[in-house]
Amino acid sequence: MSTTTTRGVAQPAPAKVSKTRPRRGLRGNPTLNFWLFTGPFLFGLAIFVFVPIGWSVWLSFFDARYTVTPSHFTGFENYKQILTNSEFPDSLLTFTVFAAFIVPTTWALSLGLALLVNRLRFMRAFFRSVFFLPTAVSYVAAALIWKMSIFSGVRFGLANTVLGWFGVDNIAYLSNPSPPWYWLVIVSLRLWIQSGFYMILFLAALQNIPAELYEAAAIDGAKPGWQTFRHITLPQLRATSTAVILLLLVAAYQAFDEFFNIVGQKATWAQTPLMELYKTALGTSQDYGAGSAGAVILSLLICLVTLLQGKFMGFGRGEDK
Amino acid sequence: MSALSNNNWSRRSIFRAAAGMAAAGTLAACGSNNGRGGGSGSGEQLTQYFHAYGEAGTEQAIKRYAAAYKKANVSTNWITGNNFESALFAALLTSKAPDVFEFHPQLQMVKSGQVADLSDIIDPVKDDFNPADIKSHTVDGKIYGVRMIDDPQFFYYRKSMLEKAKVDVPTTLEELVEAAAKLTTNKVKGVFLGNDFTAIQNVLIFSAGAETIDANNKIGYHTDGVVEGLTQLRKLFTSGNVLLDAPTDFWDPSSLNQGLCAIQWGGMWSMPAMQKALGDDLGIFPFPKIGSSGKQSVYNGGWSMFVNAKGKNVDAAKEYVKWLWIDQKKYQEDWATSYGFHIPPRTSIAASATKLKSGLPAEGVKLFTDYGHFDNISYDQTMQTAFAEVLASSVRKNGNPEAALDTCDKKVNVELKKLFG
Repeated sequence: MSTTTTRGVAQPAPAKVSKTRPRRGLRGNPTLNFWLFTGPFLFGLAIFVFVPIGWSVWLSFFDARYTVTPSHFTGFENYKQILTNSEFPDSLLTFTVFAAFIVPTTWALSLGLALLVNRLRFMRAFFRSVFFLPTAVSYVAAALIWKMSIFSGVRFGLANTVLGWFGVDNIAYLSNPSPPWYWLVIVSLRLWIQSGFYMILFLAALQNIPAELYEAAAIDGAKPGWQTFRHITLPQLRATSTAVILLLLVAAYQAFDEFFNIVGQKATWAQTPLMELYKTALGTSQDYGAGSAGAVILSLLICLVTLLQGKFMGFGRGEDK
Repeated sequence: MSALSNNNWSRRSIFRAAAGMAAAGTLAACGSNNGRGGGSGSGEQLTQYFHAYGEAGTEQAIKRYAAAYKKANVSTNWITGNNFESALFAALLTSKAPDVFEFHPQLQMVKSGQVADLSDIIDPVKDDFNPADIKSHTVDGKIYGVRMIDDPQFFYYRKSMLEKAKVDVPTTLEELVEAAAKLTTNKVKGVFLGNDFTAIQNVLIFSAGAETIDANNKIGYHTDGVVEGLTQLRKLFTSGNVLLDAPTDFWDPSSLNQGLCAIQWGGMWSMPAMQKALGDDLGIFPFPKIGSSGKQSVYNGGWSMFVNAKGKNVDAAKEYVKWLWIDQKKYQEDWATSYGFHIPPRTSIAASATKLKSGLPAEGVKLFTDYGHFDNISYDQTMQTAFAEVLASSVRKNGNPEAALDTCDKKVNVELKKLFG
């Protein structure tokens, strides 16, 4: 027989809500809660995303010049026009090549920076901030600095001033497409402004890798450095890498700001798909039908590339698969 | 516990803060740069769109004129940057569309019903306008815009530099290419045609003896003369004697004023700033002729005032346009001659504009009179963009001029078909 007694010992308070009685009010109505919290966002999404997408698809089948409420149905005429009588297909090709270069380059640079910062024993926060800060700079502001201060074609430009010390003549980086120095300007800007953001993603992923894995690998005889990186670190970063590559791919096809401000619209080179659509729909042509057709094509292409990338790289799979 | 919960945030303090923010927002809305012209007028509220002119004082002038109008409260949207067209066209599709805006005559805007017929306000003074300006704004006998200023564009040059290099003023494109070579030093380039050459795309056509669109609304630019012009421009582009990637474009006088080039393409609006910087060391000449059938040319740019036909206050907007750009001759002369130099499209105002009567401004007026070419209302923005791509492909990118023109023809013909069937 137990000698213990419960007298004088505080008992847990009984639950205020009876199991048999449903909760009332906000806490008791999950459907209401769902709409309360997601409703405003769904409403915004519908108004600012789905309606414009639907409207754009609708416009793409109409002759919509100087109006977004057209009446003349033209079928696939706008698709034919944008694919055969515009620079849009060339821009898609150019930016597939651009993506093929910039995606792995940015991936490698941001991963390298993350590894570097992760190994630092002091001033890690400082260097993390230094590499991340360019992300906060506006593409437009950065493009103007690159164009007017660093890569200006006259003798006052920083790059030309430095070259001048070595007796090299002024280079017109942007107006002259041969040799294509404009890629140097654009790629350097894009790497500078983008790498910090992806470095942060990789840094977070690196810090999530359990230290036990490295200890176990060391016990098993793995050499630190390349061997550990290849067989432990890289596989553990697979999910992050997949996400980074996906984001970089989409960003490459959606490039606009720096190209618009560096190369401009009055060129037949380095015109991004979005710039071509801007010229067609929102520029002086005001052809919303053809522009919408191009937007539909570009959206489908981005979806296709994303799905293919997911198929090859296993988007959504965990590190353990 | 979050840091926030440590604060003494009461319901009352939150309301107080919200009220403060609302008041601050209201005050901000009454602040300096809300686009209002400061008009003291009552009744209708009108909005006008202007692109940002580079000459100091222009924005204040436009707002001053608007403020003087008493029959409506006119607010001014002064659009900076290089996307005035985009901002204007996007706005015209919305309920925030301007009632009045400046732009260039465009047939597509007339056909799509975007601009109102202004014949009734212009007809009484039609004979006082430059006939070419009236023609370039007329469709089927109706006039769709009031010309505010004519902007002749020609070459400016440093007299001392040409004298030192023993170079005569070029009268043919070949001579210009040769002059650029002689004028180029390790610090100065021979000539500046704008950073992308599109500033000269229309005058190139005219100087080759061609037209953009002919009288039958067919392509007029695809001629042997234009091909020859493109070929010579390519030679100039690759010679290293042309200024490229300048910090500012042709519309700004800085390239000539700062000694980056000896000859610069520009507009008459830059003349006061150039005279101030260079004094008498400044001359002007028209774009040289191209080929045997070419002729020297001056391109006449300029801006016109239009009324949004789909606006809510069309009648009030027309009344305002009539008041400012037809009745107020003092403002028109002030607008044309007090900042940059422009030629007033009204004959009576041009005749009385003393600043344009002597010296270099008078020479500019004479070039405009002798060699001026006006916009064709049928040659729309899409066609101009297509021809800009010809310059990009064949001059800046070593493409075949004939092939580039063929590509341009396809796009222009699609456009002509849309406009004329």
